[in-house]
Order: sequence, then structure tokens, then C-alpha cells
Amino acid sequence: MKIEEYQERQLTVDGWEVNITSYRLGAEWHAKADNVSPGATLCRSTGATREEAEGKALKRAEELLDRTHRRVV
Amino acid sequence: MAEYAHPEALASTDWVAQHGNDPTVRVVEVDVDTRAYSEAHVPGAIAWAWNTQLCDTVRRDILSQQQFEALMAASGVTPDATLVIYGDNNNWFAAWAFWQAKIYGHKDVRLMNGGRKKWLSEGRDVSVEVPHVAATQYQAHAADLSLRAFLPQVQDASAHRSAALVDVRSPQEFTGEILAPAGLPETCQRGGHIPGARSIPWGRACNDDGTFKSADELKALYAREGIDGSKPVITYCRIGERSSHTWFVLRYLLGFDKVTNYDGSWTEWGNLVGANVERGAAA
Repeated sequence: MKIEEYQERQLTVDGWEVNITSYRLGAEWHAKADNVSPGATLCRSTGATREEAEGKALKRAEELLDRTHRRVV
Repeated sequence: MAEYAHPEALASTDWVAQHGNDPTVRVVEVDVDTRAYSEAHVPGAIAWAWNTQLCDTVRRDILSQQQFEALMAASGVTPDATLVIYGDNNNWFAAWAFWQAKIYGHKDVRLMNGGRKKWLSEGRDVSVEVPHVAATQYQAHAADLSLRAFLPQVQDASAHRSAALVDVRSPQEFTGEILAPAGLPETCQRGGHIPGARSIPWGRACNDDGTFKSADELKALYAREGIDGSKPVITYCRIGERSSHTWFVLRYLLGFDKVTNYDGSWTEWGNLVGANVERGAAA
């Protein structure tokens, strides 16, 4: 078994840079969202297509990042 | 171009593909996201969960010698085995496992350069099978605490500059803008950094493919902040895993001999009553 069509891209979600990784494993697509700095995984998801898997991951990432409280320093 | 001080502490993905199933080699995946292993992993690799198998689950501490021996034995590892560790997030918790293995004196431990990300992105074979391993007997060395920093040493370093403090968290965590990596739960009462610390985020040591930067690039990166191996260094982050990564870089890739990892990290300091905290960018 091999990972196929591995892809990474960066986008901004709620003002945070997010890295989305997606690939196909067998018939299933997997996606992972992590914050670019420091690089911690926010969530993983699966779907029948890349778009579906990435969409789910981005939605969950948005929910998590929305809870992040920025303080004035 | 300079070589790494200890290139034997790294295994390439090519090497793992060729030797991962050798009888004297044990490949272990250690992820931040403990679900990643079950999705797909290096064929023949076993998994250790950082939050249940690489710490004491009652008091906050690393494994005791006895717990470490039990983990190695159950994992089919003998003291003379080659232990190759890799994981997600460019080897965050793989470095944490490496650090503990060195504390307990395992001789041949290696990080797979580039970690899980590189293995997957190269389209290499993966597996979902959990291999059966035969248990062994394992006798560890007594803990080498010269690799670990505790609060009193950090307080001394901050007060007297007896050691350089390297904060490897994100710039926003360092300044106090956020209390935890974006999207993750806050685990401290105060934001900022330990007075005197320099900000050198862990990820600056990595290339885009997850591998470590060259020795020359690493040397320049740390030298810019005055970290050149001439005095002791203490690395810290939030709970000690990102700082294990930088500890590995400084000690094994650059060869600095007095580097300790403060695993109490910001979760300890940022919750400590009366501790001094600096906010904003480094002075």
C-alpha cells in the first residue's frame, strides 16, 4: 500500500496560517490541518474525495482556531 | 560544508526502507497525533503513545528507569538494538522519545530524518498492520540527568545568565500574545517567556521536506542569537517535546556538549507563583 497524490498547501484561516496536507490511501482520501507556526496538528479527516476530506479538516480547524485568544502585549 | 557532529544519530528514509526490518533494528513511530499511526505507518514499525507510554501517567514526569525498561522489553528492544524513531510534526515527540532513550543510556538511537512527513511524501510503502514483537529483557542505565534541566537550574540561568535559555515556541507564544499553539488548549496562567531567553522557534531548524538543515545553516541560525556552544544551553517550549527537537539539533547535529532540555517548560514556569515573566520580543 502506498500514499498517492500527496499534496501540501498553505492558506489563512481566521488570521492564522494553516497547512493542509492531503493524500489518497486506497480508495479513501485523508487530510490533515496544522498551524504553520509551530506546526501542531489541529485535526485529521477523511473523505471520498480530496475536496471533501480537506473541507472537513478546514471546518474543524476553523472552529479550533476561533477559540484562540490573542492578547495585547 | 561542515558535517553533522553525530551523523550516526540520523537515519535517512532510504536507510529505513532498506534496513527497517533487519532483526537488530526496531522502528518506532511516535506522533503528537496518536491516531496517525493507525492510518498508515512504515511497514514493520510499532507505535509509542507519548501521553501514555512515554511519561508517568500519575505524577508529571518522564518514565522511571523501571518504566523505560518495561517499555523497551515489551517493544522487543534489546540494549544493543538499533532504535529508529520517527513521527509527525517533523519528529517532535520522536525527539522526546530519543531524549528519554539517551537519558537511560540506549546506545544506538536514531531519528529518521524528515519523519513521517518525508516518508509519506515520498510515496513509500505504508502499512496498517501492527507487527507482533517478541518481548525481550532490557536493562537500562541509571538516568543521566545531565541531559535534563530542572526548575532550580533554569531559575539560576535566568537570574545569573549561567546558561543560555532557548525558547523554541512560536514567536506569538514567546511574546505572550497567545498562551498555547493556535487551536490548542491553553495550559498556563501567564503568557510570555523566561527572562533572558532567546527566541529560536524549533521549526527554523528544518527544511520544507521535514529534514534537518545543514550543519552550516544550523550553526549560523543559533550563532545569530549567541548560541555557539561556548556556554551551557537550556532549551524549553511548552511541555518539553519541541525543545527535545532543538536539544537534539544542538547536541547531536552541532555537537554542543552542555545542552539540557527543560521539560517542565512553559507549563511549569507560566504557572509558577511569583515567577518573573518577560513579555514582548526578546531584548
